[in-house]
Amino acid sequence: MMNALANLSSIIIPAIIFYIVAYGLINKCNVYEVFIAGAKDGLKTVFGIVPTLIALMVAVGVLRTSGFLNFLGEMLGRLTDMVGFPAPLVPVVLVKMFSASAASGLVLDIFKTHGPDSYIGLITSIMMSCTETIFYTMSVYFIAAKVTKTRYTLTGALIATFASVFASVIIAGFM
Amino acid sequence: MLNFIWAFMLIIGIAYGAFTGQMKTITDGALNSAGEAVTLCITMLGVMALWSGLMEIARASGLIARLTAGLSPFITFMFPRIPREHKARDYISTNIIANILGLGWACTPAGLKAMEELSKLEKERTGRHQTAASKEMCTFLILNISSLQLIPVNMIVYRTQYGSSDATAIIMPAILVTMFSTIIAIIYCKIMEKKQ
Repeated sequence: MMNALANLSSIIIPAIIFYIVAYGLINKCNVYEVFIAGAKDGLKTVFGIVPTLIALMVAVGVLRTSGFLNFLGEMLGRLTDMVGFPAPLVPVVLVKMFSASAASGLVLDIFKTHGPDSYIGLITSIMMSCTETIFYTMSVYFIAAKVTKTRYTLTGALIATFASVFASVIIAGFM
Repeated sequence: MLNFIWAFMLIIGIAYGAFTGQMKTITDGALNSAGEAVTLCITMLGVMALWSGLMEIARASGLIARLTAGLSPFITFMFPRIPREHKARDYISTNIIANILGLGWACTPAGLKAMEELSKLEKERTGRHQTAASKEMCTFLILNISSLQLIPVNMIVYRTQYGSSDATAIIMPAILVTMFSTIIAIIYCKIMEKKQ
């Protein structure tokens, strides 16, 4: 099963590049010039997030080296370990609900400590690819609609997030 | 919210560290993290430029417009009460496509416009501005939060940077998990839509 997954995974990106460039050529798009214009925008996006990433990774670094997260994670982890969910992942799931960048800092910590190909590293990789920042998204989007009563949004968001976490643990067990 | 989280992390960290005598480690932690953030950005520059360049081709060649048209039946299924020609449908489609393709910076502007249009739609229906979310808004938000991204580009970059022997091995598993959570989200939205 894993071989099939790995094979498909390795052809997806070349296939997408091939399709987009071929489609562009067929539709008489100046693919090269357009690519460069788009790439320039992408660079701007990255430059735009540099300060944010520094601010958040420093905060995460301080929180991590203080040992507070280990303390909190151990507390909650004792509960989650009993149901088969590794304790080091508890802080990542919690932080991801508030801030994707802060969660990225924690993900990198896990990669450094356990390695990206370990069982814990794999769960982290999959889980983080399949969840969103609940509170951030909700606050920004509802402000645009000038809505204060969010009704069943939060419950649905939490259900979807826990479905992702659950499925990530199951599928990482097969890898 | 981010103000609070950021300050909370620093203050709790330093206070807890002072309490347990970890001040030296915290100093190193803060300085090293700042350096790591910059290294990470350098790696990201290449991947981001490649991805946004390709997306620009997809946009200019009309591929994105075509994909949006293909999404129409799904939009009708998820948001049956939005009139066919309403602008909210276009913004919702663009946001969903950008989400699927993992274009964070393209998702948010389209998502915000979609919410504005949904708010206008609710006003047209009821005659005045509503402070409670409409069913469409709940469904749209839950779909967004359930995550629709197919290729987790950021995660692949991080994995590569930390020495993964097969950084892209997570693509298929991530697609399966995303599909699972999205189906759960759709079922939940449909149940709540009927109930209220």
